[in-house]
This record gives sequence, structure tokens and C-alpha cells, in this order.
Amino acid sequence: MHFLKRLAYTPLLLLVISLLAFLMVHAAPGGPFDRERSPASPEIRRQMEAAYHLDEPLWKQWLRYLGLVWEKDQAGHWRHAPASWDISLRYRNHSVGDIITQAFPVSLLLGALAFGFAMGVGLPVGFWSAARRGGWQDQLGSFFALFVVCVPGFAIAPVLILIFAVKWRLLPVALWGSPLHAILPTLALGLYYAGKVARLLREGMLSTMTAEFITAARAKGLSETSLLLKHAFRLAVLPVVSYSGPLIAELLTGSFVIENIFQIPGLGVYFVNSSLNLDYTVTVALAVLYAALLIFLNLAVDFTYTLLDPRVNYE
Amino acid sequence: MSEPVENRTPNVHGSDERGPVAAATLTPTSDLRPGPSRRAWRRFRSNKPALLGAGYLGAWVLLVILWPLGLGVLGELGPRSAAIAAVYAPDQLSDTQFSPPTAGHWFGTDAHGRDVFSRVVYGAQVSLLVGVVGACVSLVIGVLWGAIAGYCGGRVDSLMMRIVDILYSLPSLIFVIVLLTTLGEWLRQSHFVQQSPTLAKELRLLLLFVGLGAVSWLTMARIVRGQVLSLRTRPFVEASRALGAGPLRILGRHIIPNVLGVVVVYLTLTVPAIVLYESFLSFLGLGIQPPMASWGSLLAEGVNQINPIRIYWWLIGFPGGVLVSALLALNFVGDGLRDAWDVRSQT
Repeated sequence: MHFLKRLAYTPLLLLVISLLAFLMVHAAPGGPFDRERSPASPEIRRQMEAAYHLDEPLWKQWLRYLGLVWEKDQAGHWRHAPASWDISLRYRNHSVGDIITQAFPVSLLLGALAFGFAMGVGLPVGFWSAARRGGWQDQLGSFFALFVVCVPGFAIAPVLILIFAVKWRLLPVALWGSPLHAILPTLALGLYYAGKVARLLREGMLSTMTAEFITAARAKGLSETSLLLKHAFRLAVLPVVSYSGPLIAELLTGSFVIENIFQIPGLGVYFVNSSLNLDYTVTVALAVLYAALLIFLNLAVDFTYTLLDPRVNYE
Repeated sequence: MSEPVENRTPNVHGSDERGPVAAATLTPTSDLRPGPSRRAWRRFRSNKPALLGAGYLGAWVLLVILWPLGLGVLGELGPRSAAIAAVYAPDQLSDTQFSPPTAGHWFGTDAHGRDVFSRVVYGAQVSLLVGVVGACVSLVIGVLWGAIAGYCGGRVDSLMMRIVDILYSLPSLIFVIVLLTTLGEWLRQSHFVQQSPTLAKELRLLLLFVGLGAVSWLTMARIVRGQVLSLRTRPFVEASRALGAGPLRILGRHIIPNVLGVVVVYLTLTVPAIVLYESFLSFLGLGIQPPMASWGSLLAEGVNQINPIRIYWWLIGFPGGVLVSALLALNFVGDGLRDAWDVRSQT
């Protein structure tokens, strides 16, 4: 019930977000046609603005953006004006839908790979350091996690490129295509979060291990392995689950720089360029897309949380 | 998290909550048991990595202050030393391009023959300042928001925290980018700024600082709200209310001072996050504008020089290394402070 209610609120929330983004980009002085290489004469500029309806009052542009405008044509019939959200003001031969369908799968794949890497490395490392608490394994694991958390993706990426691509020539320097192309970006994007996940899991495990039910299970004669895996891990992984919502958010926006460094044709380039060029429709569409994705993923994360932890109840 | 520090400053607000008798009985014991802040300091001192980190950061701050001063003094001394100073000026172009690290240029030179060490020091100015100022902005917003929500409770609380939840689930970076480009554009075109370019530069920097702080206050608000929620039902607050203190006085005198320990700890963990944020934006070309430098923009310049023929490792290694080591130090200090204030582990 709680989740259905949140789901029902989502469209409203997205509408508010799109309005906010719309107002923010339109608050900037100047317009998308001021940045042409050869500045157009005022006459031509006025015509272009009229063609894209940028001369209308803001509220009407907003309605038009959503496709809620009906106009009288020459014959005097009321006709539905096409929604303007799909028309990019800068990439004239691409529609916004084209940009999203081309670039979004790339960003999504990169994000998913990095998420898998962060979990695949972070969980074992965190588990291992907690299981061997105080031993050299713990020291190694904890140091790895701390170090990696202090190395942002855009600092490790050039180092990886220099070593693996330029010096040893094992992997491609940049671009996107074969699975080999994905290795370095995934590492650069995911390493930081692997460290975060490892730290969270280790802390969770250590605090769980002091709980009474663990002592009871140990007294029952349970082996240490099944104790750790079946009892402690299940509880200790919860902070990681609730972190995975913000984690995905950071992966999606964090990929902006990684896409920039490796020249990956993802959404990041479009977003940065469109907001610099005041390409209103692209900026707003991408902001809403990211927000929608995050809201749904957060919902999914919270839902998973209730499945994993029966003590949590949102009602 | 942190123990309420009711007895930290007994002479300030001890009289109106415990009365003279309680204050008198407290005084002798407070000599035997050090106050929480003193105990925290003792614990922090015995934490080697945290001390080391603090020292390292202190050294950077000194360097950032002294290096431009030193260059200025050298420039005044005479023509020969002025020439030396000119070589190390961060914006001074020269013919020695892409020189690897030597005795003359410790960090080598970049594509325009500028001394990389000097640029890293000047970059530290922006990177460290943005961390501190941004963290302070997030502190003010977060503490006010959290304290009001926690203190008022009820509908106000649930509305305010709902807003925080929604903001949490939004990609803040996207809004920072839109905000910075919009305000930056607005700034560029205003008459006021077109008359004085230095002012424009400073205003842009200020915009970046405030913008970064303005998106980093959410966790702070949550933490403060939780603390305030538990504090406001404590007897000493009740007593103060019974004595007729208004909400502002209760918040300012009793609640906020007690939350301060947790806030300071979280503040030190916010600083590296904001430093990272700034380098991220400057890396994308959205933060600092050249020829100004920050660690992020220096790294971006190094990345732009990557080519398959020659490896200019010093353009990436030094700015990156300095950024990473500073982040490590900041994290060590933050963790040290957290452990020091943590009352669960008494030593």
C-alpha cells in the first residue's frame, strides 16, 4: 500500500521536477541561438525564435512543452499543436527521443557494469575483513577500502589509461564497442564504490557480530562459516541495500566524467553540452529522465529492503 | 551518538536549569572527570593517522599562504630574483614545454611551459577553500533545517523531512550543473560584472562555493533532526521551558550547543565530499575557468594531453596524487574526530 501510494505520487513529482528544471534553464539570459558560430542578424534570430515558439510567454511554452496546446489553424479549426519536448534546439537533425534511445543504453550499461563491479568486489572484501577481524586480511582489506574511497574515478582513469592502454597497449585507450572497451571505464567508475560497499559491509558485520542472537547461535554449536554467512551477513547487508539507491544515483551522474575521459557516446556529453548551450528541451528531458530513473530505483530498493528485513514496515 | 554536554559550560547555562545547588555539587567532580571535549581531544591526539592527516593538511594550508607571498617578496627584491619568481608564477608561459620533473621544476611543466608545482599550489587554494566554505554553507542550512524540523515536530517535521527525502532521491549533480550554468550566464551578462572582470571572477567562485554547499546539506539536516528530536524531551530542556524560555532561546542555548559535537564530526566528513565535487565539476569544465586552476581542472588538463606517442605522467600523477593524498588526510581527520567524540567506546 505504501509503495502504491508512492508510485501514484511519482508522476506529480516528475511534473514538478520538470517545471523546476524548465524554469531554471529559462532563467538564464540569452538563448540557444546566441551561441552560433556566425551570429545571425536580429531579423533571422527573431524568425528562429518564432519558429521554435521561444517568443511566447513562459507558461505557454511550458504547456507546449508538454503538448497541451491547441491552436486555430488557417481554416479556423482547433488543432493540437505537437509537443515541443522532442525538438532539440541545437542538434537539429536529432530529436530528443533519438538522443535518448541512442545514448541512454550506453550509459545504462556502463552504470550496470560498474554497479556489478562495486558489489562483486566490495561485498567479498568487506565480508573477508570482518571475518578475519584484526588479522592481516582485515588490515589489507580495510586499507584497500579506505584508499579506494579517496581516489575519485577521474583520478584513477588517466592512470589506468597510461598504464594499460598507452604503455602496455593491452586495452583500447578510449571509445566504446567491444567488451574490451568496457574494462577500464568499469574499473574507473566502480572502484570508488567498491570501497564504499566494503566499508559499509564490514561495519555492519562487526556490529551484528556483537548481537545476542549470534552468541546464542554460536553456543548452539553452529560452525563459524554458516554463522557468518547465514546469520550475520543477512543482517549486515542491509546498510548496503539502503545505500544502493544513492549509489545508483552517483553512478549515473558519476559516469559523466568517465564518459568524458573515455569518449563514450553516453548521455553525459549531451547533458553537459545541452546545459552549456541552453538547449532547453534536451536539458529538461534528461533531468526528468534521471529523476524518474532514480525515483523508481529508490522505490525498488526500499521494496527489497522490506523483503529482506521483516522488521521494517512502512504502513 | 554524542553525550549531551550539559556540564560543558556550567557558568553559561548551568544556573537556569539546575539551580545553584546542582551547580555547586557539579564543580568538584568536573575536576576529576574531564569534560567530553577534553576527552575527545585526548583521544584524537593518540590517533596517529588522524594527527598525521591534520599535520599534512596544515602544511598545505601554510604552503598555500606562503608560496604566493614568497613569490611576491622575491619579485620585489631585485631583477635577478624577480626573474626567478617569474619562472614560478602559475600563469607564466615559457618555452620549456613538457619538461619532466627536474631540480628547477619539481613537478615538471605543462603544455604552455608553466610550472606544474606552482599551479598545484594555486589549485590548492581553490580546492581547499571550496571544501571549507561549501561545508560551512551546508552546515548553516543543514543545522537550521534539521533543528527547526526536529524542534517543531509534527506536521512541520514531516513536511520538512519529506522535502529532504525527495531532494535525496534527485540527481543533485544535474541541478548543480543547471544552476551553475544559469547563474553563470546571468552573471556574465549583467552590467555590474562587465565593468570589472576581477569581480566577475570572484563572484563566479563564490557562486560555485555556495552552489556546492547548497546541495550538500541533506545528510546534515537528517542527523541534526534526529539529535534534536531526542534532546527536546530531556529534563533539562523541559525545565528550561517550565522556567519560561522561548523556543529560540531553547534552541540557541540548549539544543544547538549539544548537537555541536556530532555536527563538527559530520562537517569534517563533508569537506572531502565537497572537494571531490568541485574537482568533478572543474574536470568537466563547469567549475573553475582557466587560467585559474583547481586540482580537478589541472587533472583535466593532464588528461587532455594523453596521446599514444609520449607519456606526460607528471601532468596526471602530481595533481592526482596531491588530490588523493589530501582526500585521504581529510578522511583520516574526520574518522579520528568521529572516534574521539564517540561516547560508546570509553577509554
